[in-house]
Amino acid sequence: MNDTTPLLQMRGICKQYPGIQALNEAALEVRAGEVHALLGENGAGKSTLMKILSGAVRRDAGDVFLNGEPVDLGDPNRARQLGISTIYQELSLVPHLTVAENIFLGKAPTRWPGVLDWPRMRREATRILSGLGVSLDPDARVRSLRLAQQQMVEVARALADEARILVMDEPTSSLSEREIAQLFGAIRRLTARGVAVVYISHRMEEVFRIGQRVTVLRDGRHVATGDIADVSVPQLVRLMANRDVSEHYPRRSHARGEELLRVEGLGSGSLRDVSFVLRRGEILGIAGLVGAGRTRLARAIAGADRIDRGRIVIRGKTIRIGSPADAARARIAFLPEDRKQQGLVLGLAVERNVALSHLRALSRFGVMDRRTERREAQQAIVDLRIRTQGPEQTVVHLSGANQQKVVLAKWLAARADIFIFDEPTRGIDVAARHDIYLLMNRLVEQGAGIMMISSDLPEVLGMSDRVLVMRAGAVQAELSAAEATEAAVLQAALGLAS
Amino acid sequence: MTPRLLHVQSRRQLGTFAGLIALCLILWAATPHFLTVSNLLNVLEQTAINAVVAVGMTFVIISGGIDLSVGSILALSGIALGSALQAGVPVPVAIALALAVGLACGLVNGVLVTFGRLPPFIATLGMMSVARGAALMLAEGRPISGFDDGFRMLATGRVLMLPAPAITAGLIYAVAHFVLGHTVFGRAAYAIGGNEEAARLSGVAVRYHKTAIYGVAGLMSAAAAVILTARLNSAQPTAGTMYELDAIAATVIGGTSLLGGEGTIMGALIGALIMGVLRNGLNLLDVSSFFQQVVIGVVIIGAVLVDMSLKRHRR
Repeated sequence: MNDTTPLLQMRGICKQYPGIQALNEAALEVRAGEVHALLGENGAGKSTLMKILSGAVRRDAGDVFLNGEPVDLGDPNRARQLGISTIYQELSLVPHLTVAENIFLGKAPTRWPGVLDWPRMRREATRILSGLGVSLDPDARVRSLRLAQQQMVEVARALADEARILVMDEPTSSLSEREIAQLFGAIRRLTARGVAVVYISHRMEEVFRIGQRVTVLRDGRHVATGDIADVSVPQLVRLMANRDVSEHYPRRSHARGEELLRVEGLGSGSLRDVSFVLRRGEILGIAGLVGAGRTRLARAIAGADRIDRGRIVIRGKTIRIGSPADAARARIAFLPEDRKQQGLVLGLAVERNVALSHLRALSRFGVMDRRTERREAQQAIVDLRIRTQGPEQTVVHLSGANQQKVVLAKWLAARADIFIFDEPTRGIDVAARHDIYLLMNRLVEQGAGIMMISSDLPEVLGMSDRVLVMRAGAVQAELSAAEATEAAVLQAALGLAS
Repeated sequence: MTPRLLHVQSRRQLGTFAGLIALCLILWAATPHFLTVSNLLNVLEQTAINAVVAVGMTFVIISGGIDLSVGSILALSGIALGSALQAGVPVPVAIALALAVGLACGLVNGVLVTFGRLPPFIATLGMMSVARGAALMLAEGRPISGFDDGFRMLATGRVLMLPAPAITAGLIYAVAHFVLGHTVFGRAAYAIGGNEEAARLSGVAVRYHKTAIYGVAGLMSAAAAVILTARLNSAQPTAGTMYELDAIAATVIGGTSLLGGEGTIMGALIGALIMGVLRNGLNLLDVSSFFQQVVIGVVIIGAVLVDMSLKRHRR
């Protein structure tokens, strides 16, 4: 083999899960020193392919070559020894240990057997971190660090492992713009040293900013690989979805109706004197920086957090919301950002999750009406085009978009008409987002009102009829669709005078 | 329809059931005394008590909790029953009293777990000691023995040859199976065990249901106490010692995960039968009671190991 031998080759990789062919002849080829973007809809097989690469999952068939040599990726340790490190969305650091201890977890330098060489550990940690362009105290406890800093510790740990291939799964999903720039700086330093980075993200602009080449997977198959310079966003989206997503944010008629929800002087935790109105037939975008109190507002109205002060008027009546059950009775639907932790019982079937919001209505004297339960779920699967094998499938096996649809189905079946979406499309790929947007439009056309919290500014601007900008627990500005420009929202979010 | 997912649960149950059958076959081959009508009925009668306690345990474990106090509650309910009977209280009233005592203890557990926010392990560990102590105090440390035959029919009675305890247990299992699969209460138990926060945010009355689940566990202990008292013709303050472990064992052998969110009532029945058949068989084979404990421990660990490796294969 010559010097054009790729660092990593995965060929003909197949993996079957019960009932699902997760990977079917998937392939990936990564060169040393490049950032290789791996794209695909949720469920396209990206995660499975990366789990195989990191040794977490065994492949059914196919070959993996490192520098042209066939390798066996038996288990995560073996993969790590081969120089393959993975940084998952959920970081895997030990929060109570220090930065240095985390970086050298399991391979700490020792003076005598069993006795740690602390000075050397600190020195090495500082050296690795500064090599990434980061200054962090090696003695700081990881739990005291910001998420972006923790991520840097993970990168440093991969470096201490002498990683040659670094897999990053949605590394920027909770980072600010400045932190993203810093992360990209670190990635560039890595690739300059010949480390290959496999970069998974749904954010197209990032892929174009940092990536050199791209591979697209669809339905577990390899679709295309090419230089990023040669492709455009619409091309990539088409490859991922195999269809045109012509309109990023679908339009609809604006028909604002009567008042549905009125919040007056709401106080809860960090929230101060929040007041606004939500009408039928509108999407009210809630913008603001992370920590501005948007989720707190959603949780207070949904009964998840305690309300200290203020009044909530729903359909003209003052309602006391003391628990999520109260909110559900008031037909308020809460679709939390963290669907897996808060939106769904992953181990239960689709139909069981759908029923969860209105068990009372589905039962007589406590006995469930299983036929209605089944019918509702089947209806929802058809209506919302949920891709599942049927109402009895466990939701853990569904893709992010389909899981979000199940959460939505749960509230539709409960006849909710006030919908609070917290980051409705986080972790959902571009093509599937479109589906979610269409569903949101359908809801408001049918007379519902939607509060949509989102950190994705184009999404807020593209979908909202009005935008509420929050800052430090209070409403900073209320902008009409016409007033809501990227600059105006950002200015308000940052507390700058316009 | 999804044959694959539909049957994962029942396939696993089938595995456990196959284990029970295999165990019976081995014992059949090993001793002529095992596969006789009288011995099998004897097994059913002996198993009934553990099986009833395991019903409550299954509810608790499916909801993501644990109940260490079932054995002690059994003793306290039994003493309440014995004292009442000896004081000349009519049998139905005495039984109702015993059930009320068990239910009350369970509800206290539930309130401590939900409103008191105690970990179930701690709350029920405390109740385990309190109920045992109360039983010993009430009985002044002595058994209460000698009840009239009408009451003892609950253990000695036969309907179509089947011993009364087995029939009682069978009825309880039928009801529990229905409750778990077909009622709001059952749905809530699975949802709470699977993801308590998601259940709460969906409007499920988590605290109410959880409290009630521990109440059910207490009630089942009391029901077991009634059978045991009738069977021994004696209520003993030391009764039910270690029953919590037998019940947990039956539940997990039956495929219920200690992490909550999954499990079945019929699995618990098969688990209890495996334990019962195993004990009976070891007795017939004249295995010393010390070594029996070793064997039972190995079976518990082995069953859960197999179950877990089956689950891993599904990954």
